[in-house]
Amino acid sequence: MNLLWLAFTIVGVLLGVMLSAKAADPTMMLHGMVFSLASVLSAFALIARHYRNASGPLLADANGSVNYNTEIVKAGVIASTFWGVVGFAVGLVIALQLAFPVLNFDLPWTNFGRLRPLHTSAVIFAFGGNILIMTSFHVVQRTCRARLAGDIAPWFVFWGYQLFIVLAATGYVLGVTQSKEYAEPEWYVDIWLTVVWVVYLLVFLGTIWKRQEKHIYVANWFYLAFIVTIAMLHIVNNLSVPVSLAGVKSYSLFAGVQSALTQWWYGHNAVGFFLTAGFLGIMYYFIPKRVNRPVYSYRLSIIHFWSLIFLYIWAGPHHLHYTALPDWAQTLGMTFSIMLWMPSWGGMINGLMTLSGAWDKLRTDPVVRFLVTSVAFYGMSTFEGPLMSIKAVNALSHYTDWTIGHVHSGALGWVAYISFGALYFLTPVMWKRKSLYSDALVNLHFWISTVGILLYITAMWVSGILQGLMWRAYDAFGFLEYSFSETVEAMHPFYVIRALGGALFLIGALIMVYNLWRTARGDVRAKEVGSLVPNMEFAGAR
Amino acid sequence: MFSHKKIEKNSILMLVLVLIVVSIGGLIEIAPLFYLESTIEKVKGMRPYSPLELAGRDIYIREGCYNCHSQMVRPLRDEAERYGHYSLAAESMYDHPFQWGSKRTGPDLARVGGRYSDEWHVTHMNNPRDVVPESVMPGYPFLGKTPLQIPHVAGNLETNRIVGVPYTDEMIANAERDLATQVNPDADDVDAFLERYPKAQVRDFDGNPAMLSELDALIAYLQMMGTLVDFTSYDVDANKR
Repeated sequence: MNLLWLAFTIVGVLLGVMLSAKAADPTMMLHGMVFSLASVLSAFALIARHYRNASGPLLADANGSVNYNTEIVKAGVIASTFWGVVGFAVGLVIALQLAFPVLNFDLPWTNFGRLRPLHTSAVIFAFGGNILIMTSFHVVQRTCRARLAGDIAPWFVFWGYQLFIVLAATGYVLGVTQSKEYAEPEWYVDIWLTVVWVVYLLVFLGTIWKRQEKHIYVANWFYLAFIVTIAMLHIVNNLSVPVSLAGVKSYSLFAGVQSALTQWWYGHNAVGFFLTAGFLGIMYYFIPKRVNRPVYSYRLSIIHFWSLIFLYIWAGPHHLHYTALPDWAQTLGMTFSIMLWMPSWGGMINGLMTLSGAWDKLRTDPVVRFLVTSVAFYGMSTFEGPLMSIKAVNALSHYTDWTIGHVHSGALGWVAYISFGALYFLTPVMWKRKSLYSDALVNLHFWISTVGILLYITAMWVSGILQGLMWRAYDAFGFLEYSFSETVEAMHPFYVIRALGGALFLIGALIMVYNLWRTARGDVRAKEVGSLVPNMEFAGAR
Repeated sequence: MFSHKKIEKNSILMLVLVLIVVSIGGLIEIAPLFYLESTIEKVKGMRPYSPLELAGRDIYIREGCYNCHSQMVRPLRDEAERYGHYSLAAESMYDHPFQWGSKRTGPDLARVGGRYSDEWHVTHMNNPRDVVPESVMPGYPFLGKTPLQIPHVAGNLETNRIVGVPYTDEMIANAERDLATQVNPDADDVDAFLERYPKAQVRDFDGNPAMLSELDALIAYLQMMGTLVDFTSYDVDANKR
């Protein structure tokens, strides 16, 4: 098996060198080199690994309990924390660029147009993606009571995914993009991601097949739906024809109206399955685990799951209200978006009510505070979303900052908060520590970033609605009251407030990095000895 | 009675059911757009992009202009007054992919063609605040200084033909020459070029005839936007959807 992987790395080296040598443009030359370098490094790692442990990992330890693959989860904790900080920092930079355009420096590599995809991809795919892969690898092992399938395959998924991030990110800065939002990487990066994703699915399924539990736990349903649906969306939306096999440029298979709906079918379900279904998997494992209570309702889980994945797929056209998309498709999209409110809130209730009998933990455990607040934000944004999908509301909100505010209440409040909760939960467990370094710092992180989020979303509500109203304002003579540039000028104070909110959020994340690092080292803050929330898996981990 | 336990115990069954459930919405909403004839209106005047306009469009994409500019005028009173006639599906039928956008940090560009002079665009691209003091757009001074380099001009057209844009053999054969012809009104084959690409604008766009720059391509693209469809012959009622 090791030889097969080694053969892959040799193919990788050759492929990279060939692409680099035949490259039609400088970016392909660079990316060819990066690819062959990554392959060489993997070959070395494989050989070193072979000499280090020739016999492979034990499936169970001396006591007969399962020998979980914790190394891969540790790597995921580090990678997702790192990319989170990078993604938040780039977000702060572009927020400041909108407030102070001089910060674009008028260079190709630093302008807003190239950095904005860098921000969105860094937070969604680098931070969110690593969180999803990492937590799914943890959850599927624990809920199946089986070691993660494959020996090298999980590491291929981990490092292959990091390579995808590096290729995508360097590409954006150098001007390589398909211009499809959240699907910007060009054809060759898309193919690479597809390969990584298929191995990811196999590792996940392989672990389920080894399970010692009869039932597949509900969190795994959501992870499974996330993995297969993202595969479908990714492949269909990225269908394109490259101009040359040695060049970065391609043209999408679809044009105009078909291209628009395919893109937003993808785009909305990147939200629906990447940022929702996957993270609901996190909710269904980490909330019950942290508060030590069963999931509120098994039946609600079933209804939640099937109705959510069925309805979400239809909602894409609400991104195209009043456009040249036929009206029937717009109306269909709006109708299903409103219906989507129900399963979303069903899921929220299932998450929140899991705290029944344990609500006091909200006061005593700051990690629970992160997890529960995330579900509350989930409820808020999944109410706001259907509201904004109503055509009359959308006529005002579309093209404005209201959309940006909506996205960030979901992304910061829901996705990032549940991720922070999972990171704070997992770090002591993975590094076998009795508790976190400090709960007070978790609390500080919580309040600083909550104030940041509130500044962010309220600034965007005001600026969005203000600009939408200014665009359609008429004076007494029936002429448009404001020129476009006047509406841009009116945005300035809100862009400054938004950047301030983003800065607070970033500071909060840096506090978390410090806290997690000290936790991993095994430190305990002197002042808090004895009062820290204990890691309940500590005894078992020994 | 049917029991969910069956699905919970069989990962492949669950995977197949998930795939079926998530396929339905997309199939019903997207598939008809490819065969319903009413999806794209019947209009006069649409043609594939000239090689220079296509190069400009590729630069528009490369710099991420779509992040802040839409190309989709909605049928709302204020938008019609601000930007012009609402956009038709036909106007983006050769856009692989579409550039409708999702955010207007800057104004809509669907009908920006002919609205400003080339000089305005040159100044604006160099430093937007020289002409619009309130603007928050980045400056793109490097475009005017960078020669337009395309690895394979005809290849770009050929690839577009593979995905459905009706480029003719003649267009592809002349692609390289047409690129230079569009910035040189004195070229011998201007008439043949205009025959291939009716309504195309032929002149030096960036005010620097010595070099065919990226700015030439971008301005050529901006100046043609929204100018192709002949609205005098457009029949609204015949295209009701």
